[in-house]
Amino acid sequence: MKHSMLAGAVAAVSLALAVPAIAQAPSATPKRGGTLTFAISAEAPTYDCHAGNTYAVVHAVAPFYSTLLKFDLSKYPAVEGDVAESWEISPDQKTFTFRLRDNVVFHDGTRLTSRDVRATYERLRNPPPGVVSVRRASYEDISEILTPDERTVVFKLSEANPSVFQNFASPWDCIYSAAKLAEDPLFPQKTIMGTGPFKFVEHVRGSHFAGVRHEQYHVRGQPYLDGFRGVIFSQGSAMLNALQGGQVLAEFRSLSPAERDRIVGTLGQRIRIEEESWVLKLTVAFNAEKAPFNDPRVRRALSMAIDRWGGSQGLSRIATLRAVGGVMRPGSPFATPEAELAKLPGFGRDIRAAREEARRLLREAGVPNLSFVLTNRTLAQPYTPGGVFLVDQWRQIGVTVEHRQLETAAYNAAQANGTFDVILDFSNEFMDEPNNGLTKYISSDRSPNNPARAVDRDLDRLYDQQRRETDPAKRNAIIQEFERLAMERAYTVPLLWWHRIVATHQHLRGWQMSPSHLLGQSLAGVWLDQ
Amino acid sequence: MAVASAPALPSPVGRRRAAWLDFIIAQPLGAVALFVVLVMALAAIFADVVAPYDPLEIDWGAMLSAPSMEHPFGTDSFGRDIFTRVIYGARTALAIGLLSSLIGCTLGAAIGIASAYFGGRVDMVVQRLVDMFLAFPIIVLALVVVAILGRLPVLGVDMNLVLAIAVPIVPKVARVIRSSALTIVTMPYIDAARTAGYSHLRIILRHIAPNVAAPYLILLTAFIAQAILLEASLSFLGLGVTEPTPAWGLMLSGNASDFYREAPWMILFPGLAISLAVFAFNLFGDALRDWLDPKFKT
Repeated sequence: MKHSMLAGAVAAVSLALAVPAIAQAPSATPKRGGTLTFAISAEAPTYDCHAGNTYAVVHAVAPFYSTLLKFDLSKYPAVEGDVAESWEISPDQKTFTFRLRDNVVFHDGTRLTSRDVRATYERLRNPPPGVVSVRRASYEDISEILTPDERTVVFKLSEANPSVFQNFASPWDCIYSAAKLAEDPLFPQKTIMGTGPFKFVEHVRGSHFAGVRHEQYHVRGQPYLDGFRGVIFSQGSAMLNALQGGQVLAEFRSLSPAERDRIVGTLGQRIRIEEESWVLKLTVAFNAEKAPFNDPRVRRALSMAIDRWGGSQGLSRIATLRAVGGVMRPGSPFATPEAELAKLPGFGRDIRAAREEARRLLREAGVPNLSFVLTNRTLAQPYTPGGVFLVDQWRQIGVTVEHRQLETAAYNAAQANGTFDVILDFSNEFMDEPNNGLTKYISSDRSPNNPARAVDRDLDRLYDQQRRETDPAKRNAIIQEFERLAMERAYTVPLLWWHRIVATHQHLRGWQMSPSHLLGQSLAGVWLDQ
Repeated sequence: MAVASAPALPSPVGRRRAAWLDFIIAQPLGAVALFVVLVMALAAIFADVVAPYDPLEIDWGAMLSAPSMEHPFGTDSFGRDIFTRVIYGARTALAIGLLSSLIGCTLGAAIGIASAYFGGRVDMVVQRLVDMFLAFPIIVLALVVVAILGRLPVLGVDMNLVLAIAVPIVPKVARVIRSSALTIVTMPYIDAARTAGYSHLRIILRHIAPNVAAPYLILLTAFIAQAILLEASLSFLGLGVTEPTPAWGLMLSGNASDFYREAPWMILFPGLAISLAVFAFNLFGDALRDWLDPKFKT
């Protein structure tokens, strides 16, 4: 039986290696027409990109919006203009001047101007009361946004920041209408209206999102599709059956290894499998406002009890988890080399010694028989396997854990309100940029992206230092120091990095694979070869 | 006074052993079912002693192993021993099954007796409410309750899940117990008790309840089987217990649906456990009915 599994895996990998060649072969001229039906494996908890932190938001609403820049996925991580036609960066890297296209039109027929871009970024960097901007820390350095004319927008920075330019391509930075925001700053939470390739038709909760072609889309000839329908699946097996039966042509997030093997076994050459490492990791956040998780010994002990190296071997066979890594994606420019990583608490190769030390720390903290609730999402991949794995890891140091799985909205509420002990969280990035990735670990009062509710000015200081450093080697050294401190204090710690496996039917063309499931989801260049 | 005149249980204190033997002789299939139930109950109670592994213990080296001497029922995708998890699963199934059935049947019996005893408008209103609840399929009603209540773990048992399973049982039991109680409330000894000025509570507890004990016990055992099945169904649908709690229904869903082709034992043994438990409780309930109900004796 194991041999048949191995054979299946080999066949799948062979196919995966072979298929990109097919995918990258010179494609025929895109055909216009048709409605793409694809799967979204979770319900979007909000329509507001600025407040969103789950792919379900991007996959549902990205086709309706544009951004200032966007990633060129054929040259990732290079960026290209979206509503920006051209741009200039001052030599001191403190002024960014964007020239906007003159043919960008909102779905309500109004023309996009620099005022809309300014209103959007003002909302992102300085949200009004009641508005959530999850990534506002990324724009802390913007001191002023100027709009000298209707087609020019100028961002002035208080300090040079090596990541700001790429951040202008963030898929989360949906551009909203200034007029609509002036009427109601919460407008994007309730209504979908952008300048994207598709106009919003309907969202039936628990069922689907639907859009039709925006005839005045600013890229000539696009979108190719007449429309799309994003069907929401709460059960992985139902999604897989729909993908297998052709009711949906793709699920753009990821399949598990077992799902990949099953669909390849059934559809063979009719399905295209693409795999890539993923700018996404599972993290474990301890509620630092609650005892005993306000004690660094307890947090460190719980992190040290996790056998990440062993878990990687097993979980990579059943879940979308694979690489062991620190705060940055393994193999990316700022990632800690494996030998150095193994010296950090929780990443040692000798798990017995680590667990012995973990038990000692718990005894010292006065909680040798600790018990708590691990809050998790109901999503099967990879949250359930991740939660099951953690419960077993902590069991081995005498800790009793109740695994509580919540629907996305309830999970987000628990995270936002701090009604959790320990939460299995995720770091959902679209590029390997420390300025974004490290916001998961800095003080919660600076970054709503960190659910641990901790305030640590040492980490904040190191974060700011690396953010200012333009010399890559010096910046790398600061990041390593940040990582060491973050792992020792262990408010939020990485579990494992994800591995992305996307299956699309062969006649779905023009979609591009990338290390982030948040990119390339506007569907503007997607077409159906039928 | 009243109890002596009623069709009482055939188990006077001094002849308890004889009654027990009588049940085995009269209902051999029921006795076998009782034996299976007892084995499951003992396995559940002494799971820590009987099970060879910890039910949460992950062993990546043994993942998806076929049944062997080391793992009699094989292992799942986490390398966890399925035999161990089936044994611990009995604990979940019986705890939830027994509690749900006990709560549902007791509440149902109380409502049924009160409805029959007070009669008139009370009976009419109660029975229409019962009709309303009976109109819902049992799984739908349980789904609604579990979705509204969420989770409330008490000593490892989700009490809201217990309530969700108990609620659909209540109207069914209320209807059956009411029909039994209706024949009792017309008995002369009930009139005598009323004439003597006994309180409603005393009459119900001392003179009616003991006489509906037989159908109550039969329903209790029968609904344990239904409750186990319902718990398994809710867990399969992701609304019951959550991973990594060993529960039979849950063992059939989750990763099992990904790997059952390569490792059919992942669904075979929990499925057998559910079938065996449901079959045993149903058979025992039927046998108990045949043994206790005088109508079936003739």
